[in-house]
Amino acid sequence: MNTLQSKEMYEKLFLIREAEQAIARVYPEGEIRCPTHLSIGQEAVPAAMGLATTSQDLAVSTHRCHAHYLGKGGSLRGMFAELYGKVTGCTRGRGGSMHLMDESVGFMGSTAIVANSIPVGVGLALSMQLKKQKNVSLIFFGDGATEEGAFYEAANFAALRKLPALFLCENNLYSVYSSLKPRQPEGRKIVEVAKAIGLHTEIANGNDAEECFRVISEAKQRAINGEGAQFIEFFTYRWLEHCGPFIDQHLKYRADDEFAKWKAMDPVASFREKMLKNGTLTESQMMGIEKNVLDSIADAITFSKESPYPEASEAFGPIYKERNHSAGASK
Amino acid sequence: MKEMTFVQAVNEALHLSMERDQNVICYGLGVTDPKEIFGTTDGLLKKYGSERVFDMPTSENGMTGVAIGAALNGIRSVMVHQRLDFFLLAMDQVVNNAAKWFYMFGGQRSVPITIRLIIGHGWGQGPTHCQNLQSWFAHVPGLKVVMPTTPADAKGMLLASIADENPVIFLEHRWLHQQKGMVPEGYYETPIEKAKVVTSGTDVTIVSLSYMTVEAIHAIEFLKHQGISCELIDLRSVQPIDWETIFTSVKKTGRLVALDTAQETLSVASEIVARVSQDLFSFLKSGPVRIGQPDVPSPTSFGLSKGYYRRSEAIALAIGRMMKGHDLEISALTESRKFPHDVPGDWFKGPF
Ligand SMILES: Cc1ncc(C[n+]2csc(CCOP(=O)(O)OP(=O)(O)O)c2C)c(N)n1
Ligand SMILES: [Mg+2]
Repeated sequence: MNTLQSKEMYEKLFLIREAEQAIARVYPEGEIRCPTHLSIGQEAVPAAMGLATTSQDLAVSTHRCHAHYLGKGGSLRGMFAELYGKVTGCTRGRGGSMHLMDESVGFMGSTAIVANSIPVGVGLALSMQLKKQKNVSLIFFGDGATEEGAFYEAANFAALRKLPALFLCENNLYSVYSSLKPRQPEGRKIVEVAKAIGLHTEIANGNDAEECFRVISEAKQRAINGEGAQFIEFFTYRWLEHCGPFIDQHLKYRADDEFAKWKAMDPVASFREKMLKNGTLTESQMMGIEKNVLDSIADAITFSKESPYPEASEAFGPIYKERNHSAGASK
Repeated sequence: MKEMTFVQAVNEALHLSMERDQNVICYGLGVTDPKEIFGTTDGLLKKYGSERVFDMPTSENGMTGVAIGAALNGIRSVMVHQRLDFFLLAMDQVVNNAAKWFYMFGGQRSVPITIRLIIGHGWGQGPTHCQNLQSWFAHVPGLKVVMPTTPADAKGMLLASIADENPVIFLEHRWLHQQKGMVPEGYYETPIEKAKVVTSGTDVTIVSLSYMTVEAIHAIEFLKHQGISCELIDLRSVQPIDWETIFTSVKKTGRLVALDTAQETLSVASEIVARVSQDLFSFLKSGPVRIGQPDVPSPTSFGLSKGYYRRSEAIALAIGRMMKGHDLEISALTESRKFPHDVPGDWFKGPF
């Protein structure tokens, strides 16, 4: 990573962290009224993905999508306004926190049913292959999603057709309050399952932004070279409750020492420290980035609060797109 | 009799079933987690152990097939999903296997499974977390579909569902979970095929289900002051439907309003209107009316969802038109509502 990339990486990491923190702060005010899944602690993978790809690489995501959307460069105002249910939101208030979209940066959409955007991502990869585009499809999902049939079916097809798809599995060890124990056999390595299906596999420390950047960049290159679909399992950890703005260690489903161990591997702070130590970025450069990010978040919140709700009549449609009769068939 | 919430009533039924029959097992995502499916599975793990009460992989379709297979060898599974929408992945198993097994194999073996599905509502649940797809299930011969409204019915119908020899889809509306009511003690079954007359009246028959029954009660109270007397029937079961109770009432009142929590077109309410129009045409004094939700997905935004749901106001307006030929002044109904439109009461603060 060169200096410019390091700067951009830190900006993305800090943006994701602070945007999520801001949501956690304002959520109890009761103006954001939709189920909201935050990614604090999981910033490295989405930030690195954003850096390693372009807006021509197309991403799909899950219920926990804010970080992926922001990492890809999605509009900050559009996201906050969407959380607030405002007409200026990225889906005009239709979708809420779990259904973000910003096609201008290649963020094609996130969906709220576990694993159901995985096949959609594979479809994006098929379209790229058919259109001979030198791009990749970026498919985000969690450890829980690998228990759904949709994952196996989609991965099989991606392997079969050597599609330019990157399966980005963020294994944060939990699905809601359930550890892997009641869900997958002891000793299971998700990455080995993916390998057996026929995907090219890697594992990575999902809290190390530089490592994530390297692994995603290499996987993208292989996929574009026609080497077939790629699967990366990132180990990471969410700090807050599954859904909502609070820490929920009092519920005791996660051991305190496990929580402390992962918190000590803070992906944002560790990257900052490293960049300072190796002289890539100075303290004042860091502070400059931080100020800009914080300003943009404050702006997005003000913008969202001041934006109106959509007209109530907008709820009623349209639900079908009109056919464009002037468009000719593509040759 | 004891006062308890819908949640407590479901919980009590689960305990009673598991105690009574050691072949009853209970599983689903989150069944043993700290929130225990909004409290409904409280204490089951401790009492009946991890062989019979367990969390599961995020594999709705596969795990439904597992319940079917276990049922073929005498195990009665009670599966639960925190949202009906998550269960859509299992439509293959429930429609092609569970619903067909008894018929397809010449009546030799049925599939006694109970699938509890919770229907989300409000607080930005949005397009994929609050779908009311009862008519999908009810459309499939071989499935029974129940939607109790009161705690007493929740308990009695869950006990009846688990004891039934067939697959039963047991639908719980999230906004009913904290409703309180008097519940008989001990084991009892509320028959799956009987509707209930909640209030008797002479002018209009309202056929309702699940949460819409609560809205209907508010409308009826309001209409009473306008001199209109409504008979309220809570369907409780949407497959089978208790036509006898409905027909008896409509013959008496000559008017029908059918309510549904789902999108109106092709809804259970549509079926009620169709059947009554067909069979009781000569008894009708005015055209039957259906009130469901608009035929569009449910939006997330607080602003968008505000005008989306049809509630007691819509019921009162429709009945006013039917009885008096004009729109009633219904602002009092709206004003009597103490909470924002997207929460059922002050106990609900999101996020899920
Ligand atoms: C098909 C389906 N089943 C269950 C749910 C409820 N649910 C929402 S998020 C979630 C956890 C998924 O865990 P994982 O894939 O590991 O993602 P994480 O939340 O850890 O990011 C579950 C079970 C759902 N949305 N869809
Ligand atoms: Mg997870």
